[in-house]
Amino acid sequence: MNPIAKIDIKRLNFYYGSKQALKDISLVCSVNQVTAVIGPSGCGKSTLIRTLNRMNDVLAGTRVEGRVLIDNQNIFDPGVDVVQLRRNVGMVFQKPNPFPKSIFDNVAYGLRINGLRDHARLSEAVEHSLREAALWDEVKDRLRDNAFALSGGQQQRLCIARSLAVKPEVILFDEPCSAIDPIATAKIEELIFRLKERYTVVIVTHNMQQAARVSDFTAFLMLGELIEFDRTDKIFTSPANKLTEDYVTGRFG
Amino acid sequence: MKKKIAQFIGFFFLRLSVILVLAVIVLFLYDIIRRGGGSITWEFLTTAPRRGMTQGGIFPAIIGTLMVTLVTAVLAVPLGMAAAIYLNEYAKQTRLTRLIRLAIRNLSGVPSIVYGLFGVILFVNIFRFGTSILSAGLTLGLLTLPWTVTASEEALKTVPNSFREGSLALGATKWQSIRTNVLPYALPGMLTGTVLGLARAAGETAPIMFTGAAFFLPRIPHSLGDQFMALPYHLYVLSTQHHAILQVRPLAYGTALVLIVFVLGMNLTSIVIRYRLRRKRRI
Repeated sequence: MNPIAKIDIKRLNFYYGSKQALKDISLVCSVNQVTAVIGPSGCGKSTLIRTLNRMNDVLAGTRVEGRVLIDNQNIFDPGVDVVQLRRNVGMVFQKPNPFPKSIFDNVAYGLRINGLRDHARLSEAVEHSLREAALWDEVKDRLRDNAFALSGGQQQRLCIARSLAVKPEVILFDEPCSAIDPIATAKIEELIFRLKERYTVVIVTHNMQQAARVSDFTAFLMLGELIEFDRTDKIFTSPANKLTEDYVTGRFG
Repeated sequence: MKKKIAQFIGFFFLRLSVILVLAVIVLFLYDIIRRGGGSITWEFLTTAPRRGMTQGGIFPAIIGTLMVTLVTAVLAVPLGMAAAIYLNEYAKQTRLTRLIRLAIRNLSGVPSIVYGLFGVILFVNIFRFGTSILSAGLTLGLLTLPWTVTASEEALKTVPNSFREGSLALGATKWQSIRTNVLPYALPGMLTGTVLGLARAAGETAPIMFTGAAFFLPRIPHSLGDQFMALPYHLYVLSTQHHAILQVRPLAYGTALVLIVFVLGMNLTSIVIRYRLRRKRRI
């Protein structure tokens, strides 16, 4: 059975000023699958994932060419509401970035800015999201505590819960484990593995074992170019490209 | 051994500079309290000057300074914060915005007498506000603006970008992100800088001299269109313009003391505001 395409990237070019960061990238991320993006530092993997929720719009002097279709809608179309897009395409960042609010308020943030005020419904949604992010049992007795009191790994799961609360369909992970310890990393990987049952997941990682463990598809990027894109087992066992093989076997990068 | 001696000498000079600075402040305060403290009575604080300002108090000047500072705040606080928010959060960082920022920084270096003359032309003559609390307050507002803009912008810069990105990624609009996830954390710094700017303005003489401050008024002003007495200008008058300077010297020192307490009080307020907000936000 062929997976259903959720995100269809077509001939994507991206420029920071005159510097081209992405060169003619085309790939498809499928529903209920984890797509990993790997590659050496500066290859454009973060740039790529940040185009998918138009987070790069925030940066001055950037330019994008090509199309990214999410559910067959080009997200760069002038008619697209970028706020709506970001509700639909959640993002978890490299460094856990909880807001300096209580745990509860962190998770409720996205719902509140959408106008949800009813406390009972907020509580329900917060609990549901925290459970989904496998954090509920650890924080249920201290929802009023400041989020900064949590450990790094817990903070990252809180950020995941915060994204889940606004009910996205896609979740982007931008090197979510680069700032946390191995045990916390294992928990997050397990979580990502379970999240794909309900979401489309794209994860950028510099950790090849992580890509191999959590993803179904892997894209290998180098210097802004897509070198190879295939099923993860294929990329790691019998890559078609010599560069991919050298990278996944640790000869460079 | 050589290193240790070098370190000792280094620290010695650093310590010495701190002591020198502190000594100057302490001496200065001591002198003013010693010479002016005797003038501070309930009557001094609550009555108008009498007998050609050789007797009586400074009540109209206290009220005048309060009122003019209020007008200053009404202009400088919202406008300064809004401009800072625009410059730091919305404006594209182009050559033009850099130029604007540089111009604002430079404005804070313009001598206050120049603001005074500008205020005369703009507020007194062109807008026909006359010499009044309004004109003087607005002139001081202009003088304070570069400070509030700069201080507010610095405060906004201290809010990590991850707060902005985090909320944008959850589908917040830019304004929602700023209002809920940037301003609350920048506000203590913004207020501190702003109140410090206001305190500085409250002590200015030159900008209000031509725009509304009066040599002597027997009563307190009734409206924003009235002239007013102000502490710094009253001090200037008592120490240089009065017909019996030596006789009123204690009154001048008393006025100086009240002005200093007023300004220090504002600075203290800003510290308290910052402390309270910080504790509430817990960052």
